[in-house]
Amino acid sequence: MNKQVKILINGIIRENPIFVLLLGMCPTLATTSSAINGMSMGLATMFVLICSNAVISLLKNVIPDMVRIPAFIVVIATFVTIVEMMMNAYVPALADSLGIFIPLIVVNCIVLGRAEAFASKNSVLSSIFDGVGIGLGFTLALTLLGA
Amino acid sequence: MAKLQSSFRNMFLSLSLICLTVALLLAQVNKMTATPIAAAKAMKLQNAIREVVPAFDNDPVAEAYRMTDGSGDSLLVYPAKKGDELVGFALNSYSNNGFSGNIQIMVGFDMKHRIVNYAVLQHAETPGLGSKMTEWFRDATKPGQSVIGRDLSQGALTVSKEGGNVDAITASTITSRAFLEAVNRAYAAYSGSRENALSGATIATDKEQEKTKREGGDHNE
Repeated sequence: MNKQVKILINGIIRENPIFVLLLGMCPTLATTSSAINGMSMGLATMFVLICSNAVISLLKNVIPDMVRIPAFIVVIATFVTIVEMMMNAYVPALADSLGIFIPLIVVNCIVLGRAEAFASKNSVLSSIFDGVGIGLGFTLALTLLGA
Repeated sequence: MAKLQSSFRNMFLSLSLICLTVALLLAQVNKMTATPIAAAKAMKLQNAIREVVPAFDNDPVAEAYRMTDGSGDSLLVYPAKKGDELVGFALNSYSNNGFSGNIQIMVGFDMKHRIVNYAVLQHAETPGLGSKMTEWFRDATKPGQSVIGRDLSQGALTVSKEGGNVDAITASTITSRAFLEAVNRAYAAYSGSRENALSGATIATDKEQEKTKREGGDHNE
């Protein structure tokens, strides 16, 4: 369990996607006009990160290496579409203010980066914790920048 | 389980299976969210109408109809009624001459040809310039640029650069022109709707008139 906690803290502090890895700058600049926007963007990304990390790490052995990128993108795009539909359905005002940046999570390099660098090499549990950690780090950074 | 080899068969199978599974999943989510999304859209429309016409207690969306705008197209008209009395019309108008194409607005008129309010539903104008139209034309402190309360039976609205009566948005004359075009288009449909509604009211009380009108109509055809 200690290892999982380490992975979690790692995502928030040592490998914070915004402040340390400098990934995902485009949504960072665009959606931090307010703390609420930043936080919702962060939470949406976190949901996608956790789900795609879990699924990809589950599938890591049945995805042949040469087609791994298309397979990852399909999985990520699925979760992004789910988030988008849910937001349109239940929080339309928020979906309006975030606009195009929700569908653009698909091409967010944090998500693909974690899938490639972490989930495709580690166990499901570790990958989920990595998703939570990186997601929390991203959310925290966006909220701080937006505030 | 060892990692699958990158043979053609493996790649084909794994990609196809993944795509098939997510397609099924997405279809299911789509089915689940279709109703709330439609409800949210209807709510947004309802709010836009509420914003632009005097207080009403009917359901304008359910009573909406199309009315010609005098230039070959027709607009959606949402009649607002309090009790049985018409208090105004909200019109979903548009212009294709914006700086970045199509602009959709909702304009509300009372029964005396005056603009009550407007709401911009959709546009792609330059942020910080043309996008100011969402507030610019209803700034109550600047009567030169506000269109609220203007009586359009006095003549169409044009920008002051063309000798008109409305101050255009600074550095966004094209957007301003397109906006006023949409307002004038709405007014054309409004006059038609208003006339129909008022003559409809007389017809209800005077059947004789309805008869002559219908005969006249037949004659014209």
